[in-house]
Amino acid sequence: MKEQAHHSVGYGKLAAVWLLLLALTALTVWISRLDLGVNRVCGSLAIATAKGGLVIAFFMHMNYEGRLLRWLLFVALATLAIFIGFTFFDVLYR
Amino acid sequence: MSMPQHKDYAGAKLGMWLFLFTELLLFGGLFLLYAVYLARYPHEFAAAGREMHLVFGTVNTVILITSSLLAAMAVTAIQRDNRRLVLVLLGGTILCAALFLCNKYLEWSAEIGHGIYPNSPRLAAGPPGESVFYSLYYLTVGLHGFHVLIGGTLLALVAVRVQRGTIHAGDYVLLENSALYWHLVDLIWIFIFPLYYLLL
Repeated sequence: MKEQAHHSVGYGKLAAVWLLLLALTALTVWISRLDLGVNRVCGSLAIATAKGGLVIAFFMHMNYEGRLLRWLLFVALATLAIFIGFTFFDVLYR
Repeated sequence: MSMPQHKDYAGAKLGMWLFLFTELLLFGGLFLLYAVYLARYPHEFAAAGREMHLVFGTVNTVILITSSLLAAMAVTAIQRDNRRLVLVLLGGTILCAALFLCNKYLEWSAEIGHGIYPNSPRLAAGPPGESVFYSLYYLTVGLHGFHVLIGGTLLALVAVRVQRGTIHAGDYVLLENSALYWHLVDLIWIFIFPLYYLLL
């Protein structure tokens, strides 16, 4: 098996991701203080997902990995989505 | 040495990622429990969630995001063979881990002081939804705190090996995998923070 070239992510790019993560944290705290009802749940989770995506893509280098790790990540997240989704089919329509 | 040691860099990283997926499913199970009980006890969860300390949660979020940045920079620094910088960055990451746990100690002390802990007389007398909320809170955040402790220890061991020169620009998979573990700890907190501190 051929070794892949190691990708190095520059300090500037990492710092930019960090600033974005801090901005999203400030945004999610601000949104949570507003009276938005159910939208608040969706908003908070959407922001958390965006932050998680940034961490995985840049801090964890997934953006620069090969097809194998990307597919495995997809399978793991799909498994998580299936077991959360199917549990709610049961819980909500019982 | 007459024989060069065999190193499987891709295999080591694949193994780490497989382990991290099992961690995701572990915490995913706890998030699922939270979601199901939130659907069953929305009012009790809202009442309990209002007593959470938003400031502690926000400060700890900033601390963990910063520590994750430092760990990611440490990987870049070792790739560029800047050993001094790696040690400074790993030191910063470990300092952040310690700060996080100090905050956790203060936060839990305040909550336990208010009679909020599993099976406390106050929770036993209150509605069942509230004690479920706090049991899940202590379980999830406690397990996460345990991961912070492990991650900090791991990074300290890695720092010692960087200092000794056994981890260097030509062989740094241990540093990279430890950093991956640390990012996972950050990733899980990114979801704990809205669920327990913001939503309710």
